[in-house]
Amino acid sequence: MTISRETAINVTLALILLAMPFLALQLGKPFYVTLATRMAILGLAAVGLNLALGLGGLVSFGHAAFFGVGGYAAGILASHAFAGQPLNLGLFALPGTNQMLVVWSVAVLAGGLLAAAIGVISLRTSGVYFIMITLAFAQMTYYFAISWPAYGGEDGLSITIRNVVPGINTLIPINYFLVCYALLLTALLIFALIRGSRFGAALQASRQNKLRVASIGIAPFRIGLVAFIISGMITALSGALYADLNRFVSPSMLSWHMSGELIIIVVLGGVGRLWGPVAGAMLFVVFEFVLGGLTERWQFFLGLALLAVVLFARGGLVGFLAGRMRHG
Amino acid sequence: MADAVLAVRNLCKSFGALKATENVSLDLKPGEIHALIGPNGAGKSTLIHQIAGTLAPDSGDIDFLGRPVGHLGVVERARMGLGRSFQVSSLAPEFSALRNVMLAVQSRQGSSFRFFRPVMGDASLIEPAMASLERVGLATRARVPAAELSHGERRQLEIAIALALGSQAFLLDEPMAGMGPEGSRSLTGFLDRLREEAPILLVEHDMDAVFALADRVSVLVYGRIIASGTVDQVRTDPEVRRAYLGDPA
Ligand SMILES: Nc1ncnc2c1ncn2[C@@H]1O[C@H](COP(=O)(O)OP(=O)(O)O)[C@@H](O)[C@H]1O
Ligand SMILES: [Mg+2]
Repeated sequence: MTISRETAINVTLALILLAMPFLALQLGKPFYVTLATRMAILGLAAVGLNLALGLGGLVSFGHAAFFGVGGYAAGILASHAFAGQPLNLGLFALPGTNQMLVVWSVAVLAGGLLAAAIGVISLRTSGVYFIMITLAFAQMTYYFAISWPAYGGEDGLSITIRNVVPGINTLIPINYFLVCYALLLTALLIFALIRGSRFGAALQASRQNKLRVASIGIAPFRIGLVAFIISGMITALSGALYADLNRFVSPSMLSWHMSGELIIIVVLGGVGRLWGPVAGAMLFVVFEFVLGGLTERWQFFLGLALLAVVLFARGGLVGFLAGRMRHG
Repeated sequence: MADAVLAVRNLCKSFGALKATENVSLDLKPGEIHALIGPNGAGKSTLIHQIAGTLAPDSGDIDFLGRPVGHLGVVERARMGLGRSFQVSSLAPEFSALRNVMLAVQSRQGSSFRFFRPVMGDASLIEPAMASLERVGLATRARVPAAELSHGERRQLEIAIALALGSQAFLLDEPMAGMGPEGSRSLTGFLDRLREEAPILLVEHDMDAVFALADRVSVLVYGRIIASGTVDQVRTDPEVRRAYLGDPA
């Protein structure tokens, strides 16, 4: 069996990310475990975006909404569990919980519902209008969170004790890293399966030529909507993980900066490439940490890197290393 | 005489002051090639767009397989079996020819919401797709990205897609455009056989092909059909000669 260059690069990326926290512990620098966890979580969020953006050509500038909703799902459930008060949802009351499995399910569900609502309207537009309308929806969630005092408003919401997974002590950083890493791999597997499936074929063809896809009897709107929902679910899951990593949720998770960062991560790593979002997240966190330590203006250099990618390496880091994408 | 597969009645469409389609009526009967000719800008593509559903007419009716389809969108009409080829664009230029046709097979099977099984090992998609490519003579180029196919090959691919869809009628907008003489000849032969599969509404500039293939010809000038009939009737029609074939007499 021959292994393609891209597969070799992907395996290398997977191993580097996996080795990093262990190495950090060896070197007695536990803080780097958190950095690696951050890479895995942002990578996961970007895998979600990559499904819409990379496969479907849906340039969402509003994925912070899903990221933040996942975060708030974790924060709100945890705060109710801590206070011992059920969460009143009008029709029924949901007990608070500190079980991550429950938190993740709620986050994914909430992300999916929000993506369905935003998608149904946004997908009627395309191009710049799509970018603007997704941005507008995300900003609405941002201002909603700010003006909602019950859950901290502008100040955000703390998670007193990190939520738990049965049988795993998530308070130990390396354990929590492994939980996030496993979810990242799962999402990548889902992405790969979808990309190679019938649905994935219709989705990628819709990106290339919407009108033509309609003319052979496949509705690009429905395909795009389902993709957008799955995409929102994955990004919402990462938001829940992010909240538990920081033990804190704030409206900044919902702000347009976050949406922009996710796009940057996907573009840096390679739009539409399986491991592109992970490569991008690793680069992004390294930039943020290394340059951020040297200068306040690290984002200026991030911008330069982005410019270089757009000008010289269209396929991002993965494209640069592995060459052009082949569809078969 | 069998009922028409496709019937267009009193179709009108204006772009501002420009009447691109003016009270057009025509039909397509089983087994026939009905050619639509006319000078550039006559409104042929506009008419095809309205029949396919990509453009809404201002007024008039379109029946397909005995059912009114004017209120249906492109997707529904395609699903009913209205196959269409395009003048310029490919379905999925980044995909190989094979994957383009596989997408059509997938649509015909009504199964685009399957998320896990890989298509590249799916014989129920690959085999019918290869069969279509073979019929249009493109089998050896199956693995080439559509964007890298020659102009003529892309037109063949369009037909292969229409075949794979199992269409009940074909709307072909200038399938010979950009083909060399040899390509045109082989496509002419192919369309001749294709009409047994389903009737064809053929927009074409290549008069040799039109005269060789068409059972009936309609001539569109400034949005109006000025003549309709057999090749010989149309060829000798004085108004057609004046308006279109450039005869000074
Ligand atoms: N979307 C549109 N908006 C305005 N004018 C159009 C549009 N589409 C076509 N037209 C005009 O309608 C006329 C018919 O165009 P078309 O159907 O493309 O002609 P043909 O295919 O016969 O060459 C042309 O004058 C063209 O400029
Ligand atoms: Mg035309």
